[in-house]
Amino acid sequence: MSDVAVERQIDRSKMQVSKEVAIEIVNMNKWYGQFHVLRDINLTVHKGERIVIAGPSGSGKSTMIRCINRLEEHQQGSIIVDGTELTSDLKNIDKIRSEVGMCFQHFNLFPHLTILENCTLAPIWVRKVPKKEAEETAMHFLEKVKIPDQANKFPGQLSGGQQQRVAIARSLCMKPRIMLFDEPTSALDPEMIKEVLDTMIELAEEGMTMLCVTHEMGFARQVANRVIFMDQGQIVEQNEPEEFFNNPKSERTKLFLSQILGH
Amino acid sequence: MSDMTSPPKQSFKFSMLLYDSRYRGITIQIFVLVMVLGSLGWLAGNAATNLAALGKPLRFDFLGDTASYDISQRLIDYKSTDSHGRAVLVGLLNTLLVAFMGCVAATILGVIGGVLRLSNNWLVSRLVAVYVEIFRNIPVLLWIFVCMFTITAIAPQPRDFRGDNATASMLLNDSVAVTNRGIYLPEPLFSRPLGDLNLGIFNMSIELLVLLVVLFGGVYAARWNNARANRIQVETGDRPDTTWANVAIIVVPLLAALLAMGFHIGKPELKGFNFKGGVNMSAPLIGLWLGLTLYTTTYIIEAVRSGIQSVSKGQSEAAFALGLRPGRTMSLVILPQALRVIIPQLISQYLNLTKNSSLAVAIGYMDLVSTLGGITLNQTGREMEAILMLMAIYLTISLLISAGMNWYNTRVKLVER
Amino acid sequence: MSNTLSFVRTEMLPQKTPPASSVGLQGWLRENLFSSVGNSILTLLTLGFLALILSNILPWVLFGIWDAGSLTECRAMFAERYADGREYACWAVVTDRWDQLIFGYSFGNLHEGLYWRPIVGLALILLALSPILYPNLPRGLYIATAASIFLYPWLIWGGSIWGPLTLALCIIAAVFAYRAVAKEVSSLIAIPASLLVLGVLVFFAMSPVSSGLNAVAPIELQPVPSREISGFVLSITIGIVAIVASLPIAVFLALGRQSNLFIVNKLSTGFIEIIRGVPLITLIFVATILLKYFLPSSVNLDPVVAVMVLVTLFTAAYIAEVIRGGLAALPKGQYEAADALGLTYWQAQRQIILPQALKISIPGIVSNFISVFKDTTLVSIVALNDPLGISNAIRSNSDWNGIVWELYGFIAIVFWIFCFSMSRYSMSLERKLQTGHR
Repeated sequence: MSDVAVERQIDRSKMQVSKEVAIEIVNMNKWYGQFHVLRDINLTVHKGERIVIAGPSGSGKSTMIRCINRLEEHQQGSIIVDGTELTSDLKNIDKIRSEVGMCFQHFNLFPHLTILENCTLAPIWVRKVPKKEAEETAMHFLEKVKIPDQANKFPGQLSGGQQQRVAIARSLCMKPRIMLFDEPTSALDPEMIKEVLDTMIELAEEGMTMLCVTHEMGFARQVANRVIFMDQGQIVEQNEPEEFFNNPKSERTKLFLSQILGH
Repeated sequence: MSDMTSPPKQSFKFSMLLYDSRYRGITIQIFVLVMVLGSLGWLAGNAATNLAALGKPLRFDFLGDTASYDISQRLIDYKSTDSHGRAVLVGLLNTLLVAFMGCVAATILGVIGGVLRLSNNWLVSRLVAVYVEIFRNIPVLLWIFVCMFTITAIAPQPRDFRGDNATASMLLNDSVAVTNRGIYLPEPLFSRPLGDLNLGIFNMSIELLVLLVVLFGGVYAARWNNARANRIQVETGDRPDTTWANVAIIVVPLLAALLAMGFHIGKPELKGFNFKGGVNMSAPLIGLWLGLTLYTTTYIIEAVRSGIQSVSKGQSEAAFALGLRPGRTMSLVILPQALRVIIPQLISQYLNLTKNSSLAVAIGYMDLVSTLGGITLNQTGREMEAILMLMAIYLTISLLISAGMNWYNTRVKLVER
Repeated sequence: MSNTLSFVRTEMLPQKTPPASSVGLQGWLRENLFSSVGNSILTLLTLGFLALILSNILPWVLFGIWDAGSLTECRAMFAERYADGREYACWAVVTDRWDQLIFGYSFGNLHEGLYWRPIVGLALILLALSPILYPNLPRGLYIATAASIFLYPWLIWGGSIWGPLTLALCIIAAVFAYRAVAKEVSSLIAIPASLLVLGVLVFFAMSPVSSGLNAVAPIELQPVPSREISGFVLSITIGIVAIVASLPIAVFLALGRQSNLFIVNKLSTGFIEIIRGVPLITLIFVATILLKYFLPSSVNLDPVVAVMVLVTLFTAAYIAEVIRGGLAALPKGQYEAADALGLTYWQAQRQIILPQALKISIPGIVSNFISVFKDTTLVSIVALNDPLGISNAIRSNSDWNGIVWELYGFIAIVFWIFCFSMSRYSMSLERKLQTGHR
């Protein structure tokens, strides 16, 4: 739970929240067997929003964002992403998955493929992009995350921070409209957290719609336009970061913040 | 201790042989070598004395003597007037035949079983698990006996096929006969034959050679077609569907060649008390094949299962998150990683199956053990030579298979690092 | 909700029960058997297949006859009891020949009243294995382990107890010789010296001492010739002898293969690869046909003992590879720590390396034991009377001529019970080793 300070000035010119709805979750419920993991989730995300989701472990935050690209199935309620409702219809699932990028806690790079192949796999097989074009796009994004010189190495030869940046580049190669981050920095050493956060900030500066499950409160303060606190499978409090950190309303939020910011 | 072997030097002290790390290793090794060579020499000396006393010096010329026994199941021409050497060759080819058939069948069943074992259908997955637990915990010899007995006891006798009120009938339009003496399959015949090619040890039919050449040509052309599809995909992103084109590329020339040579099927026919014509797979061959297959399949199922499970769940999640369909996820992400775990286990199972095929001797399938270690040994009395040869041949086969495995392992290591 | 809207939950939502379709029997069925159309078809096909198999096998098994003296009697009883004219299992062969199948000729129908010997022997072995298989049991049980190594052969083969006891004394004397030489001269010389002591004692002192002791205090069991040891007792005896005797050989082979002494390494590797490269049946042929040539003509070789020797060597090669895996799995730091403490090679192996490596290797050793136990059926090929050999003998008897499935079925079930329980044990141990600290 480090609180790495974001030092540089953030360019907010393109960080604009539009009226257009990107994700709409209505009365969503999910159970694991008898256990009620997600309870009456209602959430509307507008284009250009940068939302940080925080909460104690087991509060259902990861499960919630994994429902958005149907890595987990919800049992009640509806999730509408970019106008497409998530049902068991494979066409809708495919459409949503190719528009929503995701980064995982453990990167999940494909160890048998080079960095470049990791980045071109999905564009070639899902988007049917010519290989050359896919490679150009991949190099563009690898330059963006500042590791173009590693393109022909295998994931195992890279540090954790580099791997996570490749994972971000891999998602960006699909030109997603929304990015989901599932604790992208939890498995990293402190000095590597910063390089990943910098990449995420750059992404935010370009106006990407982002949902981040993270404990990086510095990132939340400076980049997020909304912070959501979850506990026991429900949204307990949400607010603008300023209000959320300086003036938490709920007892649970106060307790959590006191623990995570630690004194 | 044999201390005299390293010459004393100026500064050399006797005790250095034991206490100086430079010499200690050498001392130990020489001691071990002397002990091992001494024991081996003692055993060999005994053997030489005993064999000399029996008047059976170690010689392999018995392989040239007339074998004077029949082998009904064979891949190459053989008659009882041929030499023991040729009988051994027939046996070796029979070993390789049943091993090859077993490996192919066990791989196919094992892969299907492994996938079903991981199916999200509880019943199917449990059923496969029960199959694995039943078959791998009972000796393979017992399974071979059971399979052999099933054929000889349950399949009808050839004479049941006879007469107007026959109790048994042939299958598949009178082309396949399942009897307790074996299965009779239709054989390929050519009305415009090209003759045989004498390769010294055995004759090879030229028709088969032609077909093989055409087949390999077709496969090569299909690979070229795939490469072309890859190129198009690289350039435009769209991959043309190659399935049907490839089927046509392989099948059409093959059919043309068959037609040109006047291919037709020779059905087995009942003549007298047995079937004549057609290809005969004798009951012991089928029994052994089934027994080995059913037993080895369980290990391959476990290999496939453990291989696929060794790929972490995050890999398929990442692929799904990128929009890949389950089928593509399997072929592009899961399988390439799982194969690195599966293939070494698979090869070691092939090795086991080949070694277990030696149990043929228990049901009278004329493999290497039944010929060289069985009838030839008993007829010539050349126990030492026959058994040493037997072990040497199996060792060679095993070493070849392990060499293949090592080659694969190093190649995989180089690719991934 | 707009992005400016803030939200605070004043009252936490309680747990709700999930919708009925996703839990309970209905949910389970939907998820595990009928999750899609394809899955439902698969489920129905499987059910049909199961019904077909079970409807054919179960009546045969369950309506079988348990008390009859011969197959003809069985058939008469089927005709009498069941009107359908079908034949069912004649389990009577198992009850009739139970003793023979389990105890063989030696303890079975030839020498009644000796059953207690293999039973006590097996109980002893279980007692001996318990401290190894369940490390929580008191360490004192290792004495039983050591004793059973000498008592089990005595119970099986019979004869004077002083034979195995003097052998044990010789081994103890050799161990003392090793300690004394290692202390006075060098641990390196101690190994050949103790082997020499052992050899001299076994060859020259053992037989006079044991016969002398037997003359003073005769404790004897009726001797059983090896040829007569048969049935499951033979399978179990070969299996146990092979695994116990192969362990020390395997440890040396594994250390040899790990060693950086060139000759030692190549000799061990060569032995292991040759044995693993040939089928067991060829080694059994070596035992029954060739071994007599390799020994002086004065030696009268017992075929069962010869088979045991070769099966032991076979097992040793496989277990050596398991132990090598265990040695390789140990972190390098363990070796370095042992060196840093100033331990010699053998001290380090005995005190630090081997105890850990062997512990990791137990699951592998157990699965090797399962294979050896299954492979003991191969001795029926060289006319030894393991259960399969006995089943041939039973079938050649006119009473039971024509009976097959029942005998194979019974033998299969006994093997299955042994092997399945051992494999479950090995798997549970593996899980424990994986989760527990190494």
